[in-house]
Amino acid sequence: MEVIVASAVGVLTSGGVYLMLRLRTFPVILGLTLLSYAVNVFLFSSGRFAIDQSPILSPYGEASYTDPLPQALVLTAIVISFGMTAVLVMVGLGAYLEADDDRIDLDRPGADAPGKDTAQ
Amino acid sequence: MGDGGNFLFVIALLPFAGALFPGIMIRAGRNVCASFTAAPTALALVMLLVLAPAVLRGDVIQAEVDWLPQLGLSASFFLDGLGLLFAGMILGVGLLITLYARFYLSGEDPMGQFYTYLLLFQGAMLGIVLSDNILLLLIFWELTSLSSFLLIGYWKHLPEGRQGARMALAVTGAGGLAMIGGMLILGNIAGSYNLTDILTQGDAIRASEWYLPALILILLGAFTKSAQFPFHFWLPHAMAAPTPVSAYLHSATMVKAGVFLMARMWPVLSGTEAWFYIVSTTGLVTMVLGALIALFKDDLKALLAYSTVSHLGLLTMLLGFGTKLAAIVAVFHIINHLTFKAALFMTAGIVDHEAHTRDIKRLGGLRHLMPVTFLIGTTAALSMAGIPLFNGFLSKEMMLEEAAHTVWAGSHLAVPVLATLGALLSVAYSFRFISHVFLGPVRDDYPHTPHDPPFGLWASPALLAFLVVVIGILPAAVVGPLVAVAGGAVIGGGDLPYYSLRIWHGITPALFMSIAAVAGGLVLLWLHGPLDRAWIATPRPEAKTIFDRLVASAAATSRWITETSHNGAISRYLAILVVTSVALGAIAWTGGGLPQPTRELLPVPAVIAVGWVLLVAATIAVVSMHRYRFSALVLIGIIGLMISAGFVYLSAPDLALTQISVETVTIMLLLLALHFLPKSTPKESPMALRLRDGVIALAAGAGVAALAYAFLLRDVSTISDYHLANSYEGGGGTNVVNVILVDFRGYDTYGEIIVLGIAGLIIFALMEALLSGPAARRLRNTDYSQDRSRDRHPLMMVVVTRVLMPIAIVVGIYIFLRGHNQPGGGFVAGLVISIALLMQYMASGFAWTQARKRIEYHTMIGWGVVIAGLTGAGAWLAGKPFLTSAFTYVHLPPIEEFELATAMLFDLGVFLTVLGSVMLMLYSLSRIARYAGETVNVDPMDYDPATRTDAAKEGD
Repeated sequence: MEVIVASAVGVLTSGGVYLMLRLRTFPVILGLTLLSYAVNVFLFSSGRFAIDQSPILSPYGEASYTDPLPQALVLTAIVISFGMTAVLVMVGLGAYLEADDDRIDLDRPGADAPGKDTAQ
Repeated sequence: MGDGGNFLFVIALLPFAGALFPGIMIRAGRNVCASFTAAPTALALVMLLVLAPAVLRGDVIQAEVDWLPQLGLSASFFLDGLGLLFAGMILGVGLLITLYARFYLSGEDPMGQFYTYLLLFQGAMLGIVLSDNILLLLIFWELTSLSSFLLIGYWKHLPEGRQGARMALAVTGAGGLAMIGGMLILGNIAGSYNLTDILTQGDAIRASEWYLPALILILLGAFTKSAQFPFHFWLPHAMAAPTPVSAYLHSATMVKAGVFLMARMWPVLSGTEAWFYIVSTTGLVTMVLGALIALFKDDLKALLAYSTVSHLGLLTMLLGFGTKLAAIVAVFHIINHLTFKAALFMTAGIVDHEAHTRDIKRLGGLRHLMPVTFLIGTTAALSMAGIPLFNGFLSKEMMLEEAAHTVWAGSHLAVPVLATLGALLSVAYSFRFISHVFLGPVRDDYPHTPHDPPFGLWASPALLAFLVVVIGILPAAVVGPLVAVAGGAVIGGGDLPYYSLRIWHGITPALFMSIAAVAGGLVLLWLHGPLDRAWIATPRPEAKTIFDRLVASAAATSRWITETSHNGAISRYLAILVVTSVALGAIAWTGGGLPQPTRELLPVPAVIAVGWVLLVAATIAVVSMHRYRFSALVLIGIIGLMISAGFVYLSAPDLALTQISVETVTIMLLLLALHFLPKSTPKESPMALRLRDGVIALAAGAGVAALAYAFLLRDVSTISDYHLANSYEGGGGTNVVNVILVDFRGYDTYGEIIVLGIAGLIIFALMEALLSGPAARRLRNTDYSQDRSRDRHPLMMVVVTRVLMPIAIVVGIYIFLRGHNQPGGGFVAGLVISIALLMQYMASGFAWTQARKRIEYHTMIGWGVVIAGLTGAGAWLAGKPFLTSAFTYVHLPPIEEFELATAMLFDLGVFLTVLGSVMLMLYSLSRIARYAGETVNVDPMDYDPATRTDAAKEGD
């Protein structure tokens, strides 16, 4: 199980980082979404794994539970990362609508003016 | 803390409090402004004089208020002999300068600003000499650099003023940084940051292996401040300041801060070879070099500036000798230098003020035109030259006497000869000051015909010149006790060595050295013409050019670094960030120290393995197909689903619920956004770039996977047992995750819902801004009709969502209510209900649904945060800390016993905020659609069979 989760986190991180390094807003947002999956699962796994031991207190005496704290932290992290994704989407959308261009990189200072004019 | 201590606080704070007034009082006129500057200074001086008798008896007055005791930082002051001497100098000269500046500054200069800066400086400088805590001292030290910057650049229209101010700040500021390091080391060795404690630890400090680094760093601070070679060059450039500033900061007080510090630390740091060679050699070189350059300067103030550099070198050298007698001579010379040099600067200012030039080559013969100024200037200059009956003679004799006995690296001659040379040059430039400015024939080509200034301008230098003579004739009576007590403070207690302050010491080596110096100086003056021509012809390194080149190359280097790393390409920054993190991780990894695994691997059931394959395949597909944006979005959904399933399997039902609902909302949001964005990404990165990014991504992934795997196999102790044990009794809930969210870590949650609310409002604000700009025009002019379905509001969907709506809301309420004890809670409930509402928007269109909505989403966010906050604050009424929850169990006859907890109210706040934020985000995106030409439908669906039947009936 540990191998499965660790490798899944690794794959998600790789995919996220690769997309994050693309040049347009939408892939970058997708990449950040993948990365936030990876980070959430990573944080969650810091509580180590337990099966059938939900942190819901049992009314029937002694039972063992998984670590609830990372779960609480990840729960809010999921919601916050949604909020951040939404803001990024809006910023990206706004930039595209304002500039008619969804590239994330600025043109190099000094090298912009002539190239841009001919392109338009 | 006695009354004396209270006085000490007031003395230290008065200048800062006083600095508030001149800027305002200038409106009442220049005299009032100057009076308001003089008043706090005079008051502080009076208080100091009240304390003086006790200090002269040998008491040390202390005052302390704890500030940050954890850092060893306290606002503590103390007044001993050395502090008294310096504080007296600062306040006394401060008063004289205030008077002088009142008449010196012209009507066009903003006088209120000047006096404000002056008092700021005065406060900072007083702070340095009175601080007991070295961290406090460092703060005041930097404050003097800053106020000196403001004063040098006071005439903002003069480029040399601005450049000089920058140079002074750069040099003294850099030295101050070095000194911070040195002081921290010193405090660490001594185990205290209080000077009074440090001063008792001399032996431990000198024996420490950190002694040398601390010494060098502290000396860097002192040398830069006191303009010692090779940092001397800033002082002459600081002469661009108005003359009162030069007299006050750059001769009398601030430049002596370095000397003060060396004197203060003398009992602790001196007495080693390192101290002797570094300090005395630097001082000696500075003394000779400063005097040599001074001789050939034509600008009166530059001459005096280099002379100041030379005398500071003399003081440094005396402290560097490391003998008690030399230290006491240094104290005596500090007083003498203060009197004659401040008087000389003010004289130079008067000459400049009256003749409109300070170029020596354009002056001469002023003794007939300005007799009073001539008298004052000559008295002070003779003292500077070290002529008997003036106070400069006394300390110079004692200095030469000390130099005569000093052996430098085995040589008995080096120090005495160079010291005599310094004295000789000093005689030469002093006589030049007198003869080339005041003596000689009256000229007829002055830029402005000079005459003696009004009394206000010459009163201050006259008083100082009077002191020069009085101390020169009756040294023991006038300053004897002060020298004794200040000298005693410098050498750190113990018996004072034998010395006598008088004119005639008998036939000593010093006498011959003095005679040689005066004779040689006169010869040099006689030869000045040819020597000056030779000096001008000789090429020499110009400190300012070197400094400018250094600054330029530093600026060019930082520009290069900035422009290569910050070239506007976000992908580059991100790549740098990732590579750095991976590299740091790799370094940490190779450090070793990983304990043995303590956990067994859990088994992998077949279903999970399938899920893993799906997840990995979906990720690879997203990456490889990311150009086709719709497909990538669909594939992302698979990943989210697999992760939710994983949470279910790994005993995290709350996470699974949250993940799946967030997933839904995220995908909807991205879909809505994609409507306005290009549907595919062009292929534009070259192969090499993609390869590079691929390598970076794989390295990052491998690193994170290895890290996760490493800690998954090892146990750590956690604080979770506390949460599990107290969840029911303390928080009243059995769902520990929810109890943590609303109770144990309620503060976090409260912060997080606020962040979420802010995110919603940001999106709304962005949308508003967009729709009032060019984006709105672009939206109107773009044709989106190709993207739209023909059947925009299908009957089936409208009916199903209507039916589902109450069910979904009931589910949401149910999830909310059970949240405290079973999986669920405010976050999930908020998301579920927002999905139910979103479905209405999708089915019947934005405008139709919006028209039927009663509550504004902004209000909902606000209410959510307010309810959560008030619930938390409610705990105060019960005398408990913020967010302490209370609960009780209620039994109503028809239904089962249930629980009422304040935590539920808090969760209601969470619920409302989440619902409001999510809806506000989607609402904002949908409003954009209105601008893009979305039509508004009157009916809930495109084709309504009911209306159709009615129409058919009517038709019959």
